Amino acid sequence: MTSYAIEAEGLVKKYGSTTAIDGIDLVARQGSVLALLGPNGAGKTTTVRTLATLIKPDAGYARIGGYDVVRQSAPVRRLIGLTGQYASVDEDISGYQNLVMIGRLLDFSRAEAKARADELLARFELTEAAHRAPGTYSGGMRRRLDLAASLVGRPQFLYLDEPTTGLDPRSRGDVWELVRNLVAEDGVTVLLTTQYLDEADQLANDIAVIDHGRVIANGTADSLKAQVGGQSLEIRPADPARLAETAAIVAELTGSAPDSTTRPGLVTTAVHDPDLLPYVVRRLDEAGIRATELALRLPSLDEVFLELTGHPAEDAQPEPAAA
Amino acid sequence: MTTATRTAADDTTKSAPKLPHPGPGIGHDEIPRRADPFAVVRHSLTLTWRSLVKLKRQPEQFIDLTLQPILFIVMFVYLFGGAIEGSTQDYLQFVLPGILVQTVVFASLGTGVGLCEDINKGVFDRFRSLPISRFAPLGGAVLGDVCRYVVSIAIVFGFGSAIGFRVQTGPLEVLAAIALVLVFAFAMSWIFVVLGVTMRNPRSVQGTAMLLGFPLTFGANIFARAETMPGWLQAWVDVNPVSHLTSAVRTLLVEGGSATGDALATLAWAAVIFAVFAPLAVHKYKTKT
Ligand SMILES: Nc1ncnc2c1ncn2[C@@H]1O[C@H](COP(=O)(O)OP(=O)(O)OP(=O)(O)O)[C@@H](O)[C@H]1O
Ligand SMILES: [Mg+2]
Repeated sequence: MTSYAIEAEGLVKKYGSTTAIDGIDLVARQGSVLALLGPNGAGKTTTVRTLATLIKPDAGYARIGGYDVVRQSAPVRRLIGLTGQYASVDEDISGYQNLVMIGRLLDFSRAEAKARADELLARFELTEAAHRAPGTYSGGMRRRLDLAASLVGRPQFLYLDEPTTGLDPRSRGDVWELVRNLVAEDGVTVLLTTQYLDEADQLANDIAVIDHGRVIANGTADSLKAQVGGQSLEIRPADPARLAETAAIVAELTGSAPDSTTRPGLVTTAVHDPDLLPYVVRRLDEAGIRATELALRLPSLDEVFLELTGHPAEDAQPEPAAA
Repeated sequence: MTTATRTAADDTTKSAPKLPHPGPGIGHDEIPRRADPFAVVRHSLTLTWRSLVKLKRQPEQFIDLTLQPILFIVMFVYLFGGAIEGSTQDYLQFVLPGILVQTVVFASLGTGVGLCEDINKGVFDRFRSLPISRFAPLGGAVLGDVCRYVVSIAIVFGFGSAIGFRVQTGPLEVLAAIALVLVFAFAMSWIFVVLGVTMRNPRSVQGTAMLLGFPLTFGANIFARAETMPGWLQAWVDVNPVSHLTSAVRTLLVEGGSATGDALATLAWAAVIFAVFAPLAVHKYKTKT
């Protein structure tokens, strides 16, 4: 029975001797966010492009909203909006003209296309730059225009290939906010790729970790974090002499001895309960210990990979000589 | 039209409906829609508009379109005119219709280069993810270029007149000549579209297109009459479609008489070229990864 909005099974795509993806299985529920997490060359873009009907898989099948991406590519294209990894806006015509053009290609009337363009430009804070060519935009503005372009047709499925790579923290937060709104208000199903666990954790209901063209782990952000050891608490006392004292407080609160030797001046420990942080802060304050660094951190992609595969994340394959 | 208006208006007032079951047809009954035979034309014209906006935003492209025909006219008329025809003025009457053809055929070589650059830029990925015919992005590029040829044609006529070229026939013949040139250039462009879609590097597209363009324009009766050439070359010149086009245009503009035979031959060639290369281009574009 079909009950998933996105379903892929055994997707394989080879380029000559390079296997870009090697049997990808994915599912996502309607109105959920699925994150593909993986290092460079893992096969994220290839997966997205396959699900966006841009490339035909060599084996396996995928259905979007019940439609087969190979045999029913036309209806699939009516459901999806794609923001590729590399800006897919037209550099040579203005931002406004980009959006109007897409509206027209989606069979909006002239007036509708213009109204939709204005609406999206306003929503993405691009009104002032509307009549400039995207060639003159900053990276963040270009990303926003790209996103706006993929939303012109009010897609039910939105694919975002590394939507925040290269963005500053504020722009990154803006993109996150946007994705959350689209899911909450419009019920859009989102497939996004990322190299950051924290991004996947922020946005995704489900995460599929991809390595060498295969899904090596999947589940909710929480189950994944549990699998790779939850978060780590890091404290750097301003006065290095009080390291031992800090470690003692942490040990008392978490019930296990923290690591205060691996990284000089830093007390680290794995924690499974994020609500612990305020208690730590209060106790340090009571003891009069000032901290220059105090954070609950998710494991990095590297740590996730180390945990899941026993090897650190690495670029999958060297580029083949002939493209 | 009416349905499109209604859906879009509805969507602005309420957000997309939440769908309990995303199974086929459930929740999005409007998909798949009936194939709309005019959609291809409409989408191609939208993308033609895009090409024209690009042209407007990059006025330096006009230099190309303007300078090249002027240079050719000056070079051939004043440099070789005396030697070939005895008098520059006579030669101008002979060669200008040919330069009209040559300019547009040369311009059509550029279609592949522009397209190749465009495809590399990523906006074509977006087009490929939209529910539009795969013909439209290519058709739009070609039609956009056809509009540029009109500029070149105007330059050839304008500059030609300024240095003494005189049409010997009437306005209808001029229009027929221009139409014939545009139809042929439109068809020819598809050969270069195939190159542009197939090759990855715009510069190899340029090189290959030139390789094809030279025998087509110089191995024709554009600059000299076929009778003056050695037999083997005449054989090629006689089959070269560009020769038929040139003869037709020359008859229509200067020599008078019936151009029907050459015009029909030109149109037949155009139809064949289009019928072979347009589907090939679309196929190559579809399967490009
Ligand atoms: N068109 C292509 N021709 C040849 N090889 C390709 C092509 N596209 C992808 N590959 C190869 O397939 C593998 C997966 O590439 P893909 O772009 O899907 O990775 P990715 O996870 O998106 O990486 P990144 O994080 O760098 O974007 C890589 O080894 C890449 O070299
Ligand atoms: Mg990628």
